[in-house]
Amino acid sequence: MNLGMNFTSSSSSWKSNDKASDQFPAGLRVLVVDDDPTCLRILEKMLRNCLYEVTKCNRAEIALNLLRDNKNGYDVVLSDVHMPDMDGFKLLELVGLEMDLPVLMMSADDSMDVVLKGVTHGACDYLIKPVRMEALKNIWQHVVRKKKHEWKEKDFEQSGSFEEGEKCQKPLEDVDYSSSANEGNWRGSKKRKDEEDESEDRDDTSQLKKPRVVWSVELHQQFVNAVNQLGIDKAVPKKILELMNVPGLTRENVASHLQKFRLYLRRLSSASPHQNALNNSFMGPSDPTFLNGLDFQALAASGQIPSQSLATLQAATLGRSTTKSTIPVALVDQRNIFSFENPQQRNNTGKQQVNLLHGIPTNMDSKQLANLQQSAYMSQSNLVPSHTVQPQPRTQLLNDIAGTRVSRNGIDFSRSNSEMRVSKNVVPNYDVYNEINQNRNQDWTLQNVGSTYGSSLHGGPDVLRPVLVESGFSSKGQSSIPVKSLGIDQQFNSSLVDNSLRVKAEMGFENGLYSGHFGQDDLMSAILKQQEGMGPVGNEFGFDGYHLDNLPV
Amino acid sequence: MQKQLAKMKQSLFDQGYLDEQFIQLEDLQDDANPNFVEEVVTLYYRDSVRLVQNIEQALEKNPLDFSKLEGYMHQFKGSSSSFGAKKVKTECTQFREYCRAGNAEGCKRTFQELKKEYATLKKKLEVYFQLARQAGPVEKACRPK
Repeated sequence: MNLGMNFTSSSSSWKSNDKASDQFPAGLRVLVVDDDPTCLRILEKMLRNCLYEVTKCNRAEIALNLLRDNKNGYDVVLSDVHMPDMDGFKLLELVGLEMDLPVLMMSADDSMDVVLKGVTHGACDYLIKPVRMEALKNIWQHVVRKKKHEWKEKDFEQSGSFEEGEKCQKPLEDVDYSSSANEGNWRGSKKRKDEEDESEDRDDTSQLKKPRVVWSVELHQQFVNAVNQLGIDKAVPKKILELMNVPGLTRENVASHLQKFRLYLRRLSSASPHQNALNNSFMGPSDPTFLNGLDFQALAASGQIPSQSLATLQAATLGRSTTKSTIPVALVDQRNIFSFENPQQRNNTGKQQVNLLHGIPTNMDSKQLANLQQSAYMSQSNLVPSHTVQPQPRTQLLNDIAGTRVSRNGIDFSRSNSEMRVSKNVVPNYDVYNEINQNRNQDWTLQNVGSTYGSSLHGGPDVLRPVLVESGFSSKGQSSIPVKSLGIDQQFNSSLVDNSLRVKAEMGFENGLYSGHFGQDDLMSAILKQQEGMGPVGNEFGFDGYHLDNLPV
Repeated sequence: MQKQLAKMKQSLFDQGYLDEQFIQLEDLQDDANPNFVEEVVTLYYRDSVRLVQNIEQALEKNPLDFSKLEGYMHQFKGSSSSFGAKKVKTECTQFREYCRAGNAEGCKRTFQELKKEYATLKKKLEVYFQLARQAGPVEKACRPK
């Protein structure tokens, strides 16, 4: 009975329950949920006989309300799987997410797949009905175990170690990976590569047999709950991932989603005072090094990149991405960066872009995308709307991505109607990015801003074209993109012009889009532009259009 | 009385009407809840009436909605097994097998069996509990404490 007492801080919550604190595990506060009155009655009696404090309810909704109203009122939840008003697994997820309580599932169904489902949804245990006293007598162990884990996790995280992988559903590699990532070691192409490789492996291979992550409303809600629970400032992907407890979700998925989410939040606040805070928080799991690398602020301040537009773009992309939850995040992660969604644009430009990009070597797809993504994330983090899920089929992602770039570039230039050709530059961006990714860690970012091309942008396509050729294809030899694709500029021009992007294209491209370091600058600006042009996108985040003014300067 | 009670209980077990779970429930009984098992069983028979009706209605449909039936039966099984109604539970399992096989006839047949067992058990338990109530107080009064 004194076991609980020995758990130091982890048992503090029990101690807080004055009634039962000295009778652990007696007094354990159990909430039992079962729609069957017979079972419920029996369970209640059994639990009472274990000297637990029992609250019973026969509906999941009631249970949730009870839990929410009394956040610290319960130690463990016991729930049936099959309930009329809500699936037991859903309740399990919600409880785990919102209240982080141990949840045990019960069912007369003992088939493997259901039990597995329970476990993968994060159930601490799965009891087969009819439940016996012995099984109930032991449920306190789950409470202790969980608290111990949490306590350990906190401790470890604070100390920066990552040994405590118990609570993580992620494979061990994830822990290592995330640890480095969490430390903000996004820079260093090596690490990036590792991460990319890992992410690629996860995303591409089916070794882990992980389903593609789709940021559905539900999943996102779980994510949001986790973030809220942690506090937006302390919400690191690793912890979020644990809280969410979704099988198959990787830290990367969460990280990228977090970035977008922060963008979204930023967009919401969209006031300059928040900028710094946001930036820092953007860096989120990683260090402020991101920010440093990005030098986003600087850029924005320097006016080279309209911070507002960037923010809005980010927000937009973030918002949009949520709406397009159908596209798996995994895929999105890789591709979203490039798939700056511009639905409106796409209608026009998409096809064209696609056409343009047909020439793009497929090798750009996974690896490059990953690279680009990584790089984009790293340097631009928020800037890059990573989750701009595209409505277009994946196969077109590359095209889209490139296309978007193109379009963006085009859009940017659309203003002058002369730089549409610039869009072609987008294509090479991939290469550039890859190049950059591998070569430069954070340098790319906005340091290129203000590089030469600003002027060249206005120089018209001619100027761009040569640049395009050089920069784009130098890196990876992906110069398979035919220069002649530039000829499509005109098409893009028109289409892009149609886009409502009111981006200060010049700015974006001045960032050195053509300096051969397209990298993020281009991406950023392109995205920015594109985003802006997207106008109101009915995304979940409620973006209703982007206003450059909103961007903190 | 107690002997009679014990004998009856034994026979219920031997005949397979009840299983171990029943003992579990009886072990839960204490001074505060001396008739706990009876309460539970009463609750069960009251609640399951609705379920039985649902199943019967569902069985009259054509074609049968097997997944729905299976769902009902899952509930029924859970309820019945919670207090150790062994034979009823067996019939539930059988019923579900037929559902999965899409065997409408098998389902209907099994359900008839199930209802029989269900009713039989009810009667037997009624007798048992009556006996238990009579034996209980007597037992306490007689036994020196």
